[in-house]
Amino acid sequence: MIIAEKKPIEEVIEMVKDFRKILIVGCNECVTVCEAGGKREVAVLASSLRMYFMNQGKDTQIDEVTLERQCDREYLEEIRNRIEQYDVVISLACGVGVQFLAETYSRFPVYPGVNTCFMGVTEERGVWSERCQGCGQCILGSTGGICPISRCAKRLLNGPCGGSTKGKCEISKDLDCAWQLIIDRLKELDRLDEYEQIAPIKDWSTERAGGPRRVVREDVRQ
Amino acid sequence: MSELKSGSNLEKVLKAGHFAFTGECGPPKGANVEHLKEKIAPLKGMVDAVNVTDNQTAVVRMSSWAASTIMCQEGVEPNFQMVCRDRNRLAIQSDILGVYAMGIRNMLCLSGDHQRFGNHPQSKNVYDIDSMQLIALVKQMRDEGTFMNGEAIDVPPRLFIGAASNPFADPFEFRVYRLAKKIEAGADFIQTQCIYNMEKFRQFIKRAVDMGLHEKCYILAGVTPMKSVGMATYMAKQVPGMDVPDSLIQRLRGAGKGKVAEEGIQFALEQIEEFKDMEGVAGVHLMAIEWEHRVPEIAERAGVLPRPVV
Repeated sequence: MIIAEKKPIEEVIEMVKDFRKILIVGCNECVTVCEAGGKREVAVLASSLRMYFMNQGKDTQIDEVTLERQCDREYLEEIRNRIEQYDVVISLACGVGVQFLAETYSRFPVYPGVNTCFMGVTEERGVWSERCQGCGQCILGSTGGICPISRCAKRLLNGPCGGSTKGKCEISKDLDCAWQLIIDRLKELDRLDEYEQIAPIKDWSTERAGGPRRVVREDVRQ
Repeated sequence: MSELKSGSNLEKVLKAGHFAFTGECGPPKGANVEHLKEKIAPLKGMVDAVNVTDNQTAVVRMSSWAASTIMCQEGVEPNFQMVCRDRNRLAIQSDILGVYAMGIRNMLCLSGDHQRFGNHPQSKNVYDIDSMQLIALVKQMRDEGTFMNGEAIDVPPRLFIGAASNPFADPFEFRVYRLAKKIEAGADFIQTQCIYNMEKFRQFIKRAVDMGLHEKCYILAGVTPMKSVGMATYMAKQVPGMDVPDSLIQRLRGAGKGKVAEEGIQFALEQIEEFKDMEGVAGVHLMAIEWEHRVPEIAERAGVLPRPVV
């Protein structure tokens, strides 16, 4: 899923302090699971803003709604009839949702309420970590199911580098060395001979570097 | 612009109020120094400085700093081009120090063409910083004597800072504001994209003059003589941000077999003549692509010789 973090309240206030009718839109998908932009976080942000405006002596209307998803048109349509009443929207969805909301309602200023971080997993409640960077050419089959693109700080395809120490990465002792993990896994799978092969230079044209990406599936297109 | 910022020949020529004339030279696709020297030789004494392109069109060539260094040894002043596509901020700053150490005094700051159009479309691009930020970075290194992070530089690089401007890309109305931003960021001189649509360029430069941009920065008009009808149609259709009017293509076609290149040069000469008197234009940047050996003739016929010695 997409992992996001709540923006500091001061930053949100700075963006919306001059508006008087604010709609906060949450998302019931990834950002709900990572506790950054679901119904509960919408409520918390709304009450913080209400308190701020009250202390400022400013009469400001702040309403809340949480959509099933903000990355699908059909759910965004659910607020079409009521959005007219507001003069600003804060979206607590990931950057994808914020943009699709802004694109759908281009006349309304839309501000982000979270920082979108990465695609990752919930290691335990309150701890999320990165697993995929969407490079468009998955190599997990040859790396024992551990991704060096997203988990090696140097994105090495033939690691580990000289900075690997006791299974940790040179940039942080809290970070596992992806290549240590890969070697351990290959050993466990009795596939260490695969490690001996030099991984070829990667084609990066399918990742961010190749420009904004698009998938078109004619077989399912309507 | 009271004191010299870099002391480059190009800066001195412009500062003295002469109509500048710069050339261009693409490094070889290999380490063929002799070939490079052959391309440099005809430019000597014909132009005030020569742009040395940096993996132009995202095709790998000899590095622009190395080719610039060879150019210095050959007695021609380079205008070292750097693109943001291939370097992060560490490499950018160390290369800036490197070229200055090797005697290079002009630098043109560019974003660089996307690698998709080059010969290694599988590569990553860097774009750690963009061309606007690169201009500001070179200025900071020169004028404040500090790296991007604020640390002091032991002997700061004193470079004459150039930037590019394309008056013809969309949206047209915003192009002059982007030029203004580059000047604000620290550009000392501007070289424009190849101009073919003179009417549109007149509008562009008039707006720049109305905004007083020509008083803050030297603007050199880009000229590339058309060698053939094929080149003209290719530029019109295939090169992004290029504006080649149909009337020019018709004119080249009308020249008849064997006379197209001469007609292309003739058009370029007419352009240069107009630029000499155009308010806001401080010189011409002649990009004679793989036509370096024709530069002396073009310079002669354009009446820009001898080049001023300052």
